[in-house]
Amino acid sequence: MARLSYREALNQAMCEEMERDDSIFLMGEEVGHYQGAYKVSQGMLQKFGEKRVIDTPIAECGFVGVGIGAAMTGLRPIIELMTWNFSLVAIDQIVNNAAKIRLMSGGQFKMPVVFRGPGGAAGQLGAQHSQALEYMYANVPGLKVVMPSTPADAKGLLKMAIRDDDPVIFIEGERLYGVQGEVPDGDVVVPLGKADVKREGTDCTIVSWSKMLTVALEAAEVLAKENISVEVVDPRTIKPLDGETIYQSVRKTNRCVVVEEGHGFSNVGAEIVARVQRNCFDDLDAPIERVHRMEIPMPYAANLEAMITPDVPRIIAAVKRVMYLPESKPESKPQSKVE
Amino acid sequence: MLAKGQPVPIAGTDDEPFSILADDGTIRPGTDAPEIPDEQALKLYRGMLQVRLVDDRMMKLQRQGRLGFYMLSMGEEATHFGGAYPLRMSDWCFPSYREPGVFFWRGYSIKDYVNQLHGNIEDPVKGRQMPVHHSANWLNMVSISSPVGTQIPQAVGLAMGAKISKKDDVSLVYFGEGATSTGQFHVAMNFAGVFKAPCILFCRNNGWAISTPGNKQTASKSIAIKALAYGMPGIRVDGNDLLAIIAVMQDAVARARAGEGPTLIEAVTYRRGGHSSSDDPSAYRDPSEPKEWEAKDPLERWRRHLESRKLWTQELHDKYSQEITEELMACVKAAGELGNPAPETLFDDVFAELPPHLEEQKAEMMSRPRPKPAHGGH
Ligand SMILES: Cc1ncc(C[n+]2csc(CCOP(=O)(O)OP(=O)(O)O)c2C)c(N)n1
Ligand SMILES: [Mg+2]
Repeated sequence: MARLSYREALNQAMCEEMERDDSIFLMGEEVGHYQGAYKVSQGMLQKFGEKRVIDTPIAECGFVGVGIGAAMTGLRPIIELMTWNFSLVAIDQIVNNAAKIRLMSGGQFKMPVVFRGPGGAAGQLGAQHSQALEYMYANVPGLKVVMPSTPADAKGLLKMAIRDDDPVIFIEGERLYGVQGEVPDGDVVVPLGKADVKREGTDCTIVSWSKMLTVALEAAEVLAKENISVEVVDPRTIKPLDGETIYQSVRKTNRCVVVEEGHGFSNVGAEIVARVQRNCFDDLDAPIERVHRMEIPMPYAANLEAMITPDVPRIIAAVKRVMYLPESKPESKPQSKVE
Repeated sequence: MLAKGQPVPIAGTDDEPFSILADDGTIRPGTDAPEIPDEQALKLYRGMLQVRLVDDRMMKLQRQGRLGFYMLSMGEEATHFGGAYPLRMSDWCFPSYREPGVFFWRGYSIKDYVNQLHGNIEDPVKGRQMPVHHSANWLNMVSISSPVGTQIPQAVGLAMGAKISKKDDVSLVYFGEGATSTGQFHVAMNFAGVFKAPCILFCRNNGWAISTPGNKQTASKSIAIKALAYGMPGIRVDGNDLLAIIAVMQDAVARARAGEGPTLIEAVTYRRGGHSSSDDPSAYRDPSEPKEWEAKDPLERWRRHLESRKLWTQELHDKYSQEITEELMACVKAAGELGNPAPETLFDDVFAELPPHLEEQKAEMMSRPRPKPAHGGH
């Protein structure tokens, strides 16, 4: 075991895989000489050289498409997007092509490409830089969607994503890069499509992932002081979704709250709710609750951003609702015009 | 210079950028310099000085943690004013994030500018956008977009719209040399050419896109030469020479108004500061490079020009500096004291009218305790 940051864990995963298999290369804006916009590729240019760590012109549709082409010839590209927000420039390549080439070619071509980069809000970056887009990619047949919440998962899942023969949308938490955690040494992998119980409990299940998982764990800690025992399940892979681990938990706690960073409408949480009610209908003691971002493009001002983002008090309130407990008294009511 | 009605050459693509002002501020012999009346010449000086002083102050505020983010334009000020000066107010401008001078020239106040950076209740965009992402519809300045290059086709659309409405307004769109790698740039160039849109596509070639140097962005000899393939003139101009930029802009605007179509202008300049407040350029470029460009400073060149016209004095400079600084400090003080926009404003402007699902969410949000902001800046 070593104590690593999420960022270092991702870096190790890429380096170990690239040492093992020379068909793997990393490409994107600022990944080489700059060592990555978020320093995830620190030292990789020096280690692997310019043929395998490739800085590109500013054109997501360019380097995403180039990656897809390379994958068709059997190489294993890792394509870094400076943020998932900019993947929207390349959506045709990802959705119309990467996701469908295996199928459209009747299985003649495989698509072993990983698209990775940060997603979610990082704090005061406004509407175009703060989106949580997992729902979009999870809706596309042919794409796998992976969202690690801890350094150990980041490393183990990225290794598996790189080895996978299908296109993987690998969304890192922009606010998790600095988070430290124990990471097993050596070639320890985490399989795709396998959820993880991050905290055991008996009274209520919270399902959450990426940055929001860490907020849910905080809420669970606060609730523990009130003698409410919360189990926190991290799907880790959004698609394929490991429903069974979630159902097992809900069958034990009989209550469920789904917490996600993005907007509510048509989001991953809605899918989880639908499956839990279908599979655990007789086990549920309360309607399932959801906590998510309000349906507004992200504002800039810190006070406004905080108002629409899921936080510990909102998660606690949702847990109390499914437990039919009275909500704690608000400390202050928002009334004044200006704050 | 390009003469109206003549076949248009692709100027300055291989050779030195077109220039009018020599380093000492005098007009190069044999060049055809536009006439800038004294009062306007001084106003241009004051404007460039204002950008320099505001930038300097805002970067300090960012370092003190009062602003989340900032972007400098040090050394590129001539591109702002050279582009803005030849336009009339009914023309439109599609800026990127590095042309505050265009806003100022068209009447955006220091107060608006500083309030936008703070995202406070007087921010013209109501605390919605990142610092330096201004929007001023009342000045025909459109909202700045973060994804690189998105404004370029939009500007072509505005220009095509002006043509359809039988107006002779033009649009001016700014972007960096990095943005010329995007698909947006190429589709915009193609549309502008095909539809003969009255659009001026203005590339601030400042040599760097974050840490990526210009020669890794394109294999072509220049940006201007790309115009050839799209059927429009491409002009390479000294981006630190205010007079030369005004000259090529005036020409491009006249052609656009006359229905002769678009022009690509490549202004060769240099990004002397970091990409943004989050960037440290010493990690990737030789510090002697910005030093060299200091000697070609556009403000200093214009100052010398004004001096050669007997317009510039130290007293006048000091007076301008003092006026700008006083206004700026007052705005900074006031901006810090103004509160943030009220939470109930959050739901405004998502749609023209508040739909039922947002009404519901608004009621729910207003009924719960107000959270503390999780972070201050980044
Ligand atoms: C689509 C997209 N990809 C990447 C980025 C990240 N990014 C922001 S500014 C920038 C560099 C732009 O360089 P250039 O166009 O030369 O403008 P300059 O900053 O030099 O003024 C990059 C890569 C972005 N904003 N949008
Ligand atoms: Mg540039």
